[in-house]
Amino acid sequence: MTSPLLSIKALSAVSTREAHQPVLRAVSLDLRPGEVHGLVGESGAGKSTIAKAVLGILPRTVKVTGGSVRFEERDLLTLPPRALRDIMGREITLIPQDPQTALNPSRRIEGQLTDGLRLRLGLSAAAARARALALLEEVQIRDPERVLASYPHQLSGGMRQRILIAAAFAPGPKLVVADEPTTALDVTVQKEILRLIRRMQRAHDTAVIFVTHDLGVVAKICDSVTLLYAGKVIEAGTTAAMLERPAHPYTRALIAAGPRYDRPEASLTPVPDAIFRQLRQDIEQTERA
Amino acid sequence: MLTAFVTLIGVAIVIFCLLRIVPGDPVAMMISPSATPADIAALRARYGLDLGLFQQFVIWFKAVTAGDFGASISLRRDVVELIGERLPATLELAFAALVFGVLAGGTIAVITTLLRRTPLEAVFEFLNGLFLAVPDFVWALALVLVLGVAFPVLPLSGRLDPASAPAFVTPFYLLESLVRLDFATFSDLVAHMVMPVLALGLPLAAIVARILKESLLEAMGQDYVLLARLKGMSPLRLVLQEALRNAVGPTLTLTGVQFTFMIGGTVIIERIFAYPGLGNMAIDAVINRDLPLIQGIVLIFGALFILINIATDALAVLLDPRQAHG
Repeated sequence: MTSPLLSIKALSAVSTREAHQPVLRAVSLDLRPGEVHGLVGESGAGKSTIAKAVLGILPRTVKVTGGSVRFEERDLLTLPPRALRDIMGREITLIPQDPQTALNPSRRIEGQLTDGLRLRLGLSAAAARARALALLEEVQIRDPERVLASYPHQLSGGMRQRILIAAAFAPGPKLVVADEPTTALDVTVQKEILRLIRRMQRAHDTAVIFVTHDLGVVAKICDSVTLLYAGKVIEAGTTAAMLERPAHPYTRALIAAGPRYDRPEASLTPVPDAIFRQLRQDIEQTERA
Repeated sequence: MLTAFVTLIGVAIVIFCLLRIVPGDPVAMMISPSATPADIAALRARYGLDLGLFQQFVIWFKAVTAGDFGASISLRRDVVELIGERLPATLELAFAALVFGVLAGGTIAVITTLLRRTPLEAVFEFLNGLFLAVPDFVWALALVLVLGVAFPVLPLSGRLDPASAPAFVTPFYLLESLVRLDFATFSDLVAHMVMPVLALGLPLAAIVARILKESLLEAMGQDYVLLARLKGMSPLRLVLQEALRNAVGPTLTLTGVQFTFMIGGTVIIERIFAYPGLGNMAIDAVINRDLPLIQGIVLIFGALFILINIATDALAVLLDPRQAHG
């Protein structure tokens, strides 16, 4: 067993805005190099907070109260800002959620794709351009020359997300954080994008943290999963194990709530209230202990 | 373009009617106390003031469309010629104040954006609020007291020192002295402009700083700024390269509007500094009930406002690739 690339240990955090309401309750997870790990949960479950902690961009309203986020033996939570800046955007990169707002509307793609390469890898303008062209071809963009000269509004949402994926893999990172990268896209485009992330991740042997609320997406792309509710890990394990033999009633209920094309009458069952009550009771009990 | 013409015709009608409603008689200002009623009647007839309002307007409007604004009653000179002499002085003053206001306000906006969530931000915000509350003429009087009287470092009045003025070919003294590389004259002109430019430009700077900072903060919260930050871009470059161009829209529109207000402000500011511009002449024209001159100046101001609006719209299109490239 290889040593983990990323190791989160008992990470706890509170919201300073909402009367110190816990947003993460002793979350732990390990990520091996080249592994795709899904962070699943409904909104407010804490999956985005974990992603932000890994990227070192926790909002001021979230305060970490304990635990560690170790990336190759360096604790990202205690690293001096300068050292953190050297890791972010180079060893750890981000595929953002919404391709509409993640590209600067008033700059051409070329500048947006190359300035990271020039700043992070010290490439010359010509070398960065050549690299950008190669990356665009790798994410299956036809006519990359034209795309480099385009403004974001001239490209479709799927194209923009491809560009953002290219940008995320550009500096050769060890870990890519994908923050619901398909949520804002059409279902048909979603599938292509998932496949693309999977292919890029394999080709570059990059680990991926995949934040999503969609178990269907998890089944398609993730090797392992952590399921969260109210900032607490409910269940974790390999994707196959969790989807085939869910241990927790909440996991079972979530799987039942998803669409099933083979048995439409059995699908889209809402998660029963009793399970949410049980979840809240469990959380309260562990809090008191 | 059509709306621009309709607006100008509207301005012409309104100013023409207003001037004939307000009390005051240009003839009364021209005659000597010994004039007989016959003299007065002759004078009225000579200037067409005995005709009906509508008839007067038609005569004036026809002439104006042919480029003839008539002759000034008080100065007894061609109105177009007078405006041609004075307008460049006002334009130089107004554009200098515009450039100063936008640059100063823009710099302050960028600095306060960089200082956000630090104690200094509150200091800048407080000063900004203070500057927003002070109008141009109060700045003018304060500047006169401080830089003209208490510490007399700057000339108090005029456009330049008449003793050292060279013979200018154009009425654009500032530009001409620059083109001729006559730096002595240029610096004399600048010294005369400092106080009026500050008085006109500081309120604009305060507004630009406030609005631009709001838009910059909004732009800084966008995902593309976050991504650029993760790429290791410096905070200053984040603001200038990523946020600024997406944030200038509201500031540009507002600056266009404020610039028209500022041109209105030149009237009082030129008066305070005895600056020989169009606004200063406008006040004399009103005092003397010099109807042709007032009408000419107001029409020119109206045309300026329209031109500024057109220029603002064109600039907005140029700056936004979504509008420029369809």
